Amino acid sequence: MKVVIMGCGRVGAQLATWLDSDGDQVTVLDTNTYSFRRLPPNFNGTALVGNGLDEEVLKKAGIEQADAFVAVTQGDNRNVMACQIAQHTFNVPRVICRIYDPLRRDLYSTLGIEAISPTTIFAQILKEKLKS
Amino acid sequence: MYIIVVGGGRVGYYLTKALLDEGHEILIIEKEAPICENIVAEMGSICVRGDGCETATLTEVGTGRADMLVAVTGDDEDNLVACQIAKHKFNVPRTIARVRNPKNEVIFKKLGIDATVSSTNIILEHIEEEVPTHPLTHLLTIRDKGLEIVEVKIPPESTTIGKPVKELSLPAESKLSLLLRKEGKPVVPTANTILQAEDQIIAVTTPESEEALRTALRGG
Repeated sequence: MKVVIMGCGRVGAQLATWLDSDGDQVTVLDTNTYSFRRLPPNFNGTALVGNGLDEEVLKKAGIEQADAFVAVTQGDNRNVMACQIAQHTFNVPRVICRIYDPLRRDLYSTLGIEAISPTTIFAQILKEKLKS
Repeated sequence: MYIIVVGGGRVGYYLTKALLDEGHEILIIEKEAPICENIVAEMGSICVRGDGCETATLTEVGTGRADMLVAVTGDDEDNLVACQIAKHKFNVPRTIARVRNPKNEVIFKKLGIDATVSSTNIILEHIEEEVPTHPLTHLLTIRDKGLEIVEVKIPPESTTIGKPVKELSLPAESKLSLLLRKEGKPVVPTANTILQAEDQIIAVTTPESEEALRTALRGG
């Protein structure tokens, strides 16, 4: 599977590392080269500096051949916009978006974007731990 | 009309002033407290501090009854999301987004934003107009019809000087609308109008035929 990941923070780097060791073809995008320090030395994928909101950068990252696109930058709106470009301009078969704001996540889910809110999920985990 | 402006920076500030003068009800949503305070001090309590992409803020300012939302922050992604939430969650009839990267205009349109304004493109067009040797100047874009109004200047060395309009191989999608000369009134060019050096021609064209129009009017 070919996957493009936008954002090489802790989550992006971890996901890239796992997929890479599974043998998937991974490209990670970040606007800051320093973020790539989070990738392990034996990482076989591609680390590309650039803004994932730019169609040219996305093309360079191989989005036209990608099976999946994941947006995990710190900015909800950046993630939302990148995912919509991936979905509507490049017709990527699977697009997953991180949206911290639960209300915004709900709205974009109804607009057909597969969106995950870590806020809700983590709050749920904490609640379950406290109540068990 | 009740109009919500997202972003109280320079664009938001002057836009609000202009819209208030026209008698509209305006509300600005601005993230930064100092900017918000300045606006309130000058124009009264028309600025709410908050994030225009957050449903709670939009609910608080009564977005449900807004006739229009204009997002003019400096970030394209924020403008997109503010407009999409206004449109899909609050059914605001008209949303307008400022776009800084001209490349984003297409995707914004595709995602249902009613109108986009690209500040970069507007600046480019105006500078283009001021370059005296520029062969073709964009004057206006008629978006709904996919047409534009352009101006073509005929330089003294053009091979088309002295020829009547009917002998020019004008593209079918272009129409010559007006001819301006140093002397005399503006005229509507006809098939027998003869081109002269320094003529300024205003024409309607599709963006695709722009190049062909320029070549037809000025010669190869």
